[in-house]
Amino acid sequence: MKICCLVKEVPDAAVEKRIDPETKRLDRSGEKNLNPFDTHAIEAAMQVKEGGAPVEEIVAVTMGPDSAVRALHKAVALGADRSVHLTDAALEGSDVAATGYALAKVLEKESPDLVLLGQQSDDGECYTIGAVVADHLKMPSLTQVIKMDAADGKLTCERQAEYGYDTVEVELPAVISVGDAINEPRYPSLKAIMGAKKKPLDSHGAGDVGIEPDRVGQSGSRTAVLELRPPPQKEAGEIIEDEDTNETVEKIVVWLDERKLI
Amino acid sequence: MDFDLTDEQRLLRDTVRDFARKEVAPVAEELDRTKAFPYELVSKMGELGLMGIPFPAEHGGGGADTLSYALAVEELTRIDSSVAITMAAHTSLGTMPIHLWGTDEQKDDWLPQLTSGSRLAAFGLTEPEAGSDAGNTKTIARLEDGEWVINGAKQFITNSGTDISGCVTITAATGDGDGRKEISNLIVPNGTPGYEAGEPYRKMGWNASDTRPLTFTDCRVPESSLLGRRGDGFKQFMQILDGGRIGVAAMGVGLAQGALDEAIAYAKERRAFGQPISKFQAIQAKIADLSAQIEASRLLVYRAAIEKDRGDPFTLTAAQAKLITGRLAVRATEEAVQIHGGYGYIEEYPVCRFYRDAKILTIGEGTDEVQQMVIARQLGC
Repeated sequence: MKICCLVKEVPDAAVEKRIDPETKRLDRSGEKNLNPFDTHAIEAAMQVKEGGAPVEEIVAVTMGPDSAVRALHKAVALGADRSVHLTDAALEGSDVAATGYALAKVLEKESPDLVLLGQQSDDGECYTIGAVVADHLKMPSLTQVIKMDAADGKLTCERQAEYGYDTVEVELPAVISVGDAINEPRYPSLKAIMGAKKKPLDSHGAGDVGIEPDRVGQSGSRTAVLELRPPPQKEAGEIIEDEDTNETVEKIVVWLDERKLI
Repeated sequence: MDFDLTDEQRLLRDTVRDFARKEVAPVAEELDRTKAFPYELVSKMGELGLMGIPFPAEHGGGGADTLSYALAVEELTRIDSSVAITMAAHTSLGTMPIHLWGTDEQKDDWLPQLTSGSRLAAFGLTEPEAGSDAGNTKTIARLEDGEWVINGAKQFITNSGTDISGCVTITAATGDGDGRKEISNLIVPNGTPGYEAGEPYRKMGWNASDTRPLTFTDCRVPESSLLGRRGDGFKQFMQILDGGRIGVAAMGVGLAQGALDEAIAYAKERRAFGQPISKFQAIQAKIADLSAQIEASRLLVYRAAIEKDRGDPFTLTAAQAKLITGRLAVRATEEAVQIHGGYGYIEEYPVCRFYRDAKILTIGEGTDEVQQMVIARQLGC
């Protein structure tokens, strides 16, 4: 079995996020890191391998600028066997649909049995890239998977649904987006960190994987960001002083009742 | 000048930062309060390769450079000094002499268990009347029938008395060649008859680190326990202290940064007179000053590490870095307590522990006054 993990370089969680008003894109100039949600996907792949399933290879795949190589180094330090970097100026400004198409083209070349990715990116937070990729690859897709067992060419997954859990069986190949409750990712050991650059890294341009130029980049994207605004400020809540608990409870009940919340 | 860290350095720093926040932070207060040695954390650090960062892979080390080591020490100290000094003393004081001067046999005997963190190493230099003034070493080792017979006492020795302490490298007078005391280094395994680690000290801070006095009473070790050449002890420990200062300076930066992290978080949350106290100019001035001083000190520490990695002389830079970072840590933790007000005096807040942990940084591994002496000598005074 071959597992591909889709990973992304995102601004470090400690960096204050800022939108560039000119490009209406996230300012990615500061410290960057591997998307923390993707570390769960790599860990899930490692656990499938260590759980005894015949995994020949775990491949980390990313699309991004030169600096994204660092995210790949971290991915291989966390256990991936090699990595693939899709990088091309023509891809800059791709929206979710265009990015999903481009990644699917890389994956077609790799033809994995299982594609894993984190539930969301820490910057764009679209939650949708897995579904887009799956659609292009004509593979079944699941989201919010928090438990996964691979056996006999099938995958039994537990999904975290809105009210409870779904147990779903899918045929491989499939695209699985994992929830962050699926595991606690390991730390990369110093040995793995020092060895990261020795693992193979293939770099592809858009043309190398057969990406049609008019389907990617800002011009190839069908959505355009028109305006960005911070979320509205929350109004100050009403504070009820608890002088007499019976009275306080009554006040809260009245407040909730007025708003038809109970 | 290149101010960028390599990918490996950055990844290691981020990993240790993550480890410190997730694994060390939740237990740091309890370890300090109960004065419990962090066995579990040492074991986890060993698994990650953090107990042997700068040593060659062939001896189980990480094969990383001094800057990587300094980054790891800094990130650990940002969360807890006891855990950081346990790792730092083990690496730069305990294991380093064996790596630098050990015979192949000594290295094979000791390095794999030390670099993996399954055993800890200590460095026994300080005595009741001799620390940086090691020419005054009173511990004596006499060669008798193929054995060194050691008599004397050491004090303030980190990592010497834990359940996993493997050995201590000590300085001892091995003779009186031409009127000048001959000092040599000897490896003494824990459990050697005549070698006793005493009760741990009751310290102001670094409560979860193991620090003890040692006594040697007709303690016999094989002649082959000599580390490096006989009579080279003085030169050797001077070199060890130079390198160790980079680690202790990294602790100063880490502790000051940790104090600033806590101070900023608290100042943004705590409200007074209708606004967060972070909006008051008096608080902002403290935070701004500290952040500028921390960044400047950090660069000096990194420079000392880079000089060492390049094989350049680094004695001056390391002493300068040690001098300013120790003082900075004391000031930064004091200001962080001040910003916390009354809560800063309560042990539930990490800055309270930070304040107690800071003071040793102007003392250990050579006092500020000794650093000034080293610096002045380097400047030709």
